[in-house]
Amino acid sequence: MKAGAAVVLFVSAILIAGCNGAQSALNAEGAAAVQLKHLIIGIVVVCSVVWALVMVVLVLALLRARTPRESPSSESERRMGKLVTAAVAATVVIIAGLTIASFYATRGLGMSEDATLAIKVRGQQWWWQFIYDDVDPAKSFQTANEMHIPVGVDIRIELESSDVIHSFWVPSLAGKRDLIPGRQNVITIRAERPGVYRGQCAEFCGLQHSHMALFVIAEDMAAYQRWAAAQRASSVSSADPEATAGKALFMRKPCAACHTIRGTEASGSTGPDLTHVGSRQTIAAGLLDNTRGSLAAWIADPQTLKPGNNMPMVPLSSDELRQLSAYMESLK
Amino acid sequence: MTNDNKPAQPTDLMFGDDELERRLAQTWRTPAGVWGALTTVDHKIIGRRYIVTAFVFLALGGLLALAMRLQLAQPEARFIGPDRYNQIFTMHGSNMMFLFAVPVMEAMAVYLVPLMVGTRNIAFPRLNAFSYWIYLAGGLLLWISFALDTAPDVGWFAYVPLSGPQYGAGKRADLWAQMITFTEVAALAVAVEIVVTVFKQRAPGMSLDRIPLFVWSMLVTAFLVIMAMPAIMLASSTLILDRLVGTHFYNPTEGGDALLWQHLFWFFGHPEVYIIFLPAVGMVSTIIATFSRRPVFGYLPLVMALIATGLLAFGLWVHHMFVVGLPKLGESFFTASSMAIAIPAGIQIFCWLATLWGGQPVLKTPMLFVLGFIVTFVIGGLTGVMVASVPFDTQVHDTYFVVAHFHYVLVGGAVFPLLGAIYYWFPKISGRMMSETLGRWAFALIFAGFNLTFFPMHILGLEGMPRRIYTYQPEMPWAGMNMFVSFSALILSLGFLVFFVDVIRSTRSGQIAGENPWGASTLEWATSSPPPCFNFRRIPVVGARDPLWSQPEELTVAGGLRTDRRELIVSSVVEAQPEASESSPRNSIWPLLAALATTVMLIWSIFSPWAVIWGSIPIGITLTGWFWPKQTPEDES
Amino acid sequence: MPWEVSREFFDRAFIAVAFLVTLGAAALIGEAREGRQYRTDPTVGAALDELRLMPNGISGTPPEIYFALGKPYETTAYDLSQGKRLYSWFGCGACHGDGRGGRGPSFLDGWWLYGPEMVSIAASIRDGRPHGMPAFRDKMTIDEIWQLAGYVQTIGAYKAKITAPSRNDDKQTRPAENRAPAAILFDEGPVGPNAVQEPSH
Repeated sequence: MKAGAAVVLFVSAILIAGCNGAQSALNAEGAAAVQLKHLIIGIVVVCSVVWALVMVVLVLALLRARTPRESPSSESERRMGKLVTAAVAATVVIIAGLTIASFYATRGLGMSEDATLAIKVRGQQWWWQFIYDDVDPAKSFQTANEMHIPVGVDIRIELESSDVIHSFWVPSLAGKRDLIPGRQNVITIRAERPGVYRGQCAEFCGLQHSHMALFVIAEDMAAYQRWAAAQRASSVSSADPEATAGKALFMRKPCAACHTIRGTEASGSTGPDLTHVGSRQTIAAGLLDNTRGSLAAWIADPQTLKPGNNMPMVPLSSDELRQLSAYMESLK
Repeated sequence: MTNDNKPAQPTDLMFGDDELERRLAQTWRTPAGVWGALTTVDHKIIGRRYIVTAFVFLALGGLLALAMRLQLAQPEARFIGPDRYNQIFTMHGSNMMFLFAVPVMEAMAVYLVPLMVGTRNIAFPRLNAFSYWIYLAGGLLLWISFALDTAPDVGWFAYVPLSGPQYGAGKRADLWAQMITFTEVAALAVAVEIVVTVFKQRAPGMSLDRIPLFVWSMLVTAFLVIMAMPAIMLASSTLILDRLVGTHFYNPTEGGDALLWQHLFWFFGHPEVYIIFLPAVGMVSTIIATFSRRPVFGYLPLVMALIATGLLAFGLWVHHMFVVGLPKLGESFFTASSMAIAIPAGIQIFCWLATLWGGQPVLKTPMLFVLGFIVTFVIGGLTGVMVASVPFDTQVHDTYFVVAHFHYVLVGGAVFPLLGAIYYWFPKISGRMMSETLGRWAFALIFAGFNLTFFPMHILGLEGMPRRIYTYQPEMPWAGMNMFVSFSALILSLGFLVFFVDVIRSTRSGQIAGENPWGASTLEWATSSPPPCFNFRRIPVVGARDPLWSQPEELTVAGGLRTDRRELIVSSVVEAQPEASESSPRNSIWPLLAALATTVMLIWSIFSPWAVIWGSIPIGITLTGWFWPKQTPEDES
Repeated sequence: MPWEVSREFFDRAFIAVAFLVTLGAAALIGEAREGRQYRTDPTVGAALDELRLMPNGISGTPPEIYFALGKPYETTAYDLSQGKRLYSWFGCGACHGDGRGGRGPSFLDGWWLYGPEMVSIAASIRDGRPHGMPAFRDKMTIDEIWQLAGYVQTIGAYKAKITAPSRNDDKQTRPAENRAPAAILFDEGPVGPNAVQEPSH
């Protein structure tokens, strides 16, 4: 009994801990995720009851066997037949009910027609490219791995892939949708509360599928507008001599061939846009917190941290590393 | 059969029991030694070989799983790098699905179906031998590639474009695709044999409504194999064409479609899991009947449920594609059909419960595994109902929730009955009983270890842990539960170790079993343990379901088959009226040679398309040798 | 019969042992094989940079380390595949098209201006060539340069390699590299973009 209680406590502790996870379907904060959570809990409860009933019947059937009986009469077989038929009918009713509940949930999660903001997501091996297009091309900007959205507003996310199949999944906000090369999928998300919502690629996409996280940061409209304005601006020029030396280094070394920093000569399109990389919370698609130290570690040896990813290990001296990391950090 | 004018044709009517046995053994025997082993067409020897090989693959796949659990026990662990880990989980899935689950069920059928329907050998015995060699070649291909560090690393379902020419570097995905060809040819061969054996070689009087439920389940499974395997063969062949020759089946810019792969694969992939599950259903029905000391309740509903499951299985495949962005109406149809398949499954569960209720259950090891099956499979089936719902699936697809679901239905729904079946039929196959004590230990460890390993995965999935990741971040709340799961996996492995130890020990020193140690009712228990090479001294005549319970003293038998050449009875499809005596091929080396030629051609074609042309020549030669009349006595038949 | 069972056991044990021995042998070979190299050790990278070129810079010999590593980049499918991605990422197609040339020379005509060896292709990419080929030494790491060189060599190969990459998931403009495309187009003869072949000092 004590062991049983301990197990129950242990499991409950884990469950409760999980409910607070930032990437949990049970920690629903988006409109869609909340509806999904209700459906999930409903179906799980119904199925648990069914399983419990079957177990009760099984246990009773085994316990009954203690009293020896003769082989079953045709009357008892007929009675059993009626019970089995009733059970099958009950199964049909339950299945139909669950199917209908699922249909209603699907209808409720339809695409929203009045999404004012559209963000294009391009999946890359192994990072997320977010393109905020505007009718005025001067106002369009790109960022990587961290998406900001205003709360309480439907956001239309357009999903494309540039290489293999990925899957956009932020469980606290909505269910997942695949990014498939050759087609465009659309999903609507809406955060009801400000917060940082973590997501992860949910379709196996190669060596670093495990390290392809994304963050959706929901903030109130004013804060979002401020963020967007800052992102639209060209890169910040820092007066710090180390950062200036780092910038010159960035242009001279292979960095500028793959990365873009708007407002400088760097206009590579293979790697993530680094114009405001200093303002992000994490780097390398959620692998490391964004600090100067982790920036330096990442630049020094990306292949040990994320083996197989497409950023090469560029040989740099320790001075060069310090200058580059200062420059990266300054790009707020 | 009644040639009164021809003198001195030895038939089984002429001899007493001992003399008959001597003559039949002479005609049907497999010679000793290596040559006999390579040329045998005896379904029992081939079936035993198949089962042992499949269990070797199970053990290897289990080791892969332990490696994965070692890596995942801690966040950002460094035991296995991403490349190796991707190979390991691809190998684990491909091995378990293609090299263990389907072959072992077919192997049980190869051994048991001819005995259960009361015939001397399976239909097309040389094709049976060929099938085993091809299967072995495919398994070796895959495992040797793993040992050489070129195992496929694209997941067991190898989605394009990841497995396509641009992103799947090297020959890895080609090796995977060709392994599929090997194993599917083997599976198709066995399926065809089973259909013909069940329809045309049944003992006289065994009409369709008197066939044992295991035979019914294998018949339905065989039809599923025949209908579903072509889809995967097409898919894997077009993948090789894309990669080797430069076609554009899956290239969106040139008119192909990445989703075409998914449709083709899952059109096979969903029936595949029923190919694995339905034989287990047959095993459960058999074991429950024997150990409840009564015939199974609801024979007709159970048969109808089998057929309904088989038909419905072809209408579910899109539920694997609920998140790719298909039209909502289409997705909803597949939700309805995926939920609907729970109804035949429910019918089966209720009939089995009714059998237990109305019987006197004897809790020997096979029955323990069947009880474990009911507990675990119902959980798996119910989580299946959960993932059948499109909105539910958008949160749990490609997470550990789905991993938990399919292990519950595959291990709970197929492996538990299989283990029970091994305990049940081991006395028949080897002549010795397995240990009841070790059996109980194996069951307890496997049942507890399995549930402790896989139940927490439901929670991990809901907490956001995706599938096929080689590691995860320390800040995610998954580390504790992953460590718990990894330890529980050790308990599960220990249970399997006990099982394997029991098998090996019992082979050498188990208690000698008689003809029918369990007091069962089907025909395979009417002959010695292990059965002689000719299966039955005289072909039994069946008058009811459960022949050994309806005629407990002595079975009626039919006579008139020749003893100087290999003959068996061919009977009508529905009523099993004897129609003719048909000859059965003798031992032959040509199946092995044909398998070797096919292996060479298929492996060569991974590297060059010309292999299909030049490699077909040896195949043609060996097939000619196969079918060339051999001047054996069977030719006159 | 007990003796039949024990012979079966012997057969099974023999099969199991044969199986394990085969796998063991394969594993040993696998260990000896070069696994996929994602990370070039910095010292190895520095050594790979020391191409031993002739005074006129046209060709030469790869550094010793290249031979010590077993001539990678020519035969590893992963490196050739990465080279192919680098070809599109670094805009080689702007001058060389899909390999058939344009402003830059063709790789598919069977004619190598500076020789078909890996070291001359790597030198071309790293140091640039007269008449418009830019130097990529500051834009790519040496490891990437070697990968790209391996791929370029495959484009113009006279015979297809087993490890050559296949078609791209892109518009089809020419046969895939594993179909030995150079041989198909050889009859058209060399079409260098510039009649004057010496370097312009």
